[in-house]
Amino acid sequence: MSEVHAQTVAYVRDTMLDQREPPLSQSGAYKWIHENLLSSWVNVVLTVASLWVIWAVLSHVVPWAALGIWSADSLAQCREIRDQIYGADASVACWAVIGERWNQLLFGFYPTELYWRPILAFVLFLVAIAPVLFASLPRKMLWFTLAAPFVLFWLIWGGAIWTPIVVALGFVIGWAVVTFAGPAIGALGGVVLAIVAPLLYWLLVAGPLADALATVLPIGLEPVKSNEIGGFMLATIIGVSGIILSLPLGIVLALGRQSDLFLINKCSVIFIEVIRGVPLIVWLFTASLLLNYFLPPGTNFDLMLRVIIMVTLFSSAYIAEVVRGGLAALPKGQYEAADALGLDYWKSMRLIILPQALKISIPGIVNTFIGLFKDTTLVVFIGLLDPIGLSNAIRASTQWNGIYWELFVFIGLCFFVFCFSMGRYSLFLEKKLRREHR
Amino acid sequence: MNQPATASVDRSQMKVSDEVAIQITKMNKWYGNFHVLRDIDLTVYRGERIVIAGPSGSGKSTMIRCINRLEEHQAGQIVVDGTELGSDLKNIDKIRSEVGMVFQHFNLFPHLTILENCTLAPIWVRKIPKKEAEATAMHFLEKVKIPEQANKYPGQLSGGQQQRVAIARSLCMKPRIMLFDEPTSALDPEMIKEVLDTMVSLAEEGMTMLCVTHEMGFAQAVANRVIFMDAGQIVEQNEPREFFNNPQHERTKLFLSQILGH
Repeated sequence: MSEVHAQTVAYVRDTMLDQREPPLSQSGAYKWIHENLLSSWVNVVLTVASLWVIWAVLSHVVPWAALGIWSADSLAQCREIRDQIYGADASVACWAVIGERWNQLLFGFYPTELYWRPILAFVLFLVAIAPVLFASLPRKMLWFTLAAPFVLFWLIWGGAIWTPIVVALGFVIGWAVVTFAGPAIGALGGVVLAIVAPLLYWLLVAGPLADALATVLPIGLEPVKSNEIGGFMLATIIGVSGIILSLPLGIVLALGRQSDLFLINKCSVIFIEVIRGVPLIVWLFTASLLLNYFLPPGTNFDLMLRVIIMVTLFSSAYIAEVVRGGLAALPKGQYEAADALGLDYWKSMRLIILPQALKISIPGIVNTFIGLFKDTTLVVFIGLLDPIGLSNAIRASTQWNGIYWELFVFIGLCFFVFCFSMGRYSLFLEKKLRREHR
Repeated sequence: MNQPATASVDRSQMKVSDEVAIQITKMNKWYGNFHVLRDIDLTVYRGERIVIAGPSGSGKSTMIRCINRLEEHQAGQIVVDGTELGSDLKNIDKIRSEVGMVFQHFNLFPHLTILENCTLAPIWVRKIPKKEAEATAMHFLEKVKIPEQANKYPGQLSGGQQQRVAIARSLCMKPRIMLFDEPTSALDPEMIKEVLDTMVSLAEEGMTMLCVTHEMGFAQAVANRVIFMDAGQIVEQNEPREFFNNPQHERTKLFLSQILGH
């Protein structure tokens, strides 16, 4: 059959064809526009309607923003300048408020002559976080990362240098207990002692020790109270502390929820369900109002610290669930292979399970962090002066009474830059890990 | 069935000593109310190569997974190298580090290179210095004939190569006993041979091996004992020639006629 066919249509090509460009209608911008915007009459109508909407929005927003007035001392002065240049019925932004209240938006009521401290702290923070974010940087930088929390605390709140040093000593005690006493009294006993010993030290010894050292060697910075801190500085401190503290706590909770040990399992489940079942704002009110009833009278427990703890607990419950998803996504064979090689629980978690589970969970974890960072604006309801709180305060002044959009646009943009960069970093990390582990 | 490795095997080198490696007595296991393993009695001597066969669901995988406590048995006794398996975590980790295991789906660690897969347990469990562990790993990778893949990730290797890495990874712990849980069931036919060849060379070196497999050619060539399991119990065991040529139990005859029939 096929032989016959081959004979009847015998053919030999004598010239080979060169490669040609595709027809104009099938390539480039023309094709894209045709396919995406004008492929049918419905799409033509939708395209025209969308263009009109975009035009309607931009034709108002762009001139309003671009023609905005940058130098004035008050809203009234802004309006005078506008009347002179554009006429009374023109609508233009008054960006001058941002310039005039710039320091306040950034630092709150932090003493003006001490602005160098938070600025230096921010720079040091970037140096400390860099080796964590980018594995290509020298690993020795991590030593500074370990010290950074204490240095940053001291720079921002000031006070005697001994306080952060004495607190840091507690961690050294914990580490020493695990390393030196651990082998002698067994792993579990070592861990318990490593938690109890520093706690006792912080509660009983740390305070008097720091005071004594401060009287002997009074080295320190001028102290700044928490209620003087505000604006983006406040949002960043709460957000960053929450992010950094909630990741390890969330991982521990996720492991707890997977644990076979009844008590640990149930405690983790109850903690996670209770914390995320109640709105953050309720927890913040709990932190600001209710805790005072439970704490012994006369205890001065910093409100900002209470908020950081609440935000951390709240987001750690979400992190725990995200990480649990990652743990569940790993094939059972990975756990079995780790077990079969004789790795104990913590080693198999640290070396085999968590690196893979966390890699899977990166998008969810970063998503939770972004949510946490934006949720810091909720502290306005318990009287902390975050950027939103400050915008209310600024509006309450006679100078800027009646200004809304400019401040909100500015605050919104700043948050967007922070959150967008976190999202981009997450993508970068995912791509990098996918490339490496394939 | 294909008989890939029969020709090259020299059985005279594979010696069985009278030292007991694994002693299982009256071992029982339930999944809920389902009685998976019933009164298993088995003594494995050092240097033995035992092939465990049986229909799916007969409990053969579960049995060898009990030996390194990937599954917990509820009654009876398992003694491995003189250590009894109980709930003592120290004993379990000790036995696991002495008993190598190869899985059906390889279970290599995808986030580590081949070399790191092989050195991880020696470094963290045996506390061997990194340099030395790497040298050992390269030695075993050469033995399974893939030293050139050492710096690749598991995802870049073929199934047969991955399984050979898995064998090398177990060997790096210098185990005294090796368990194989259907090591070739997830492989393409042409990759089965390379894995079986590796296992044959292990057997020739006198490794104590328990192997759950459907490769009857391997059983005939290498095993000194074949165990047939059905419904959670050992139905028949014999040396391979007798087992294949002269099966006694009805269930064994049926099974053999089905798998050897075509």
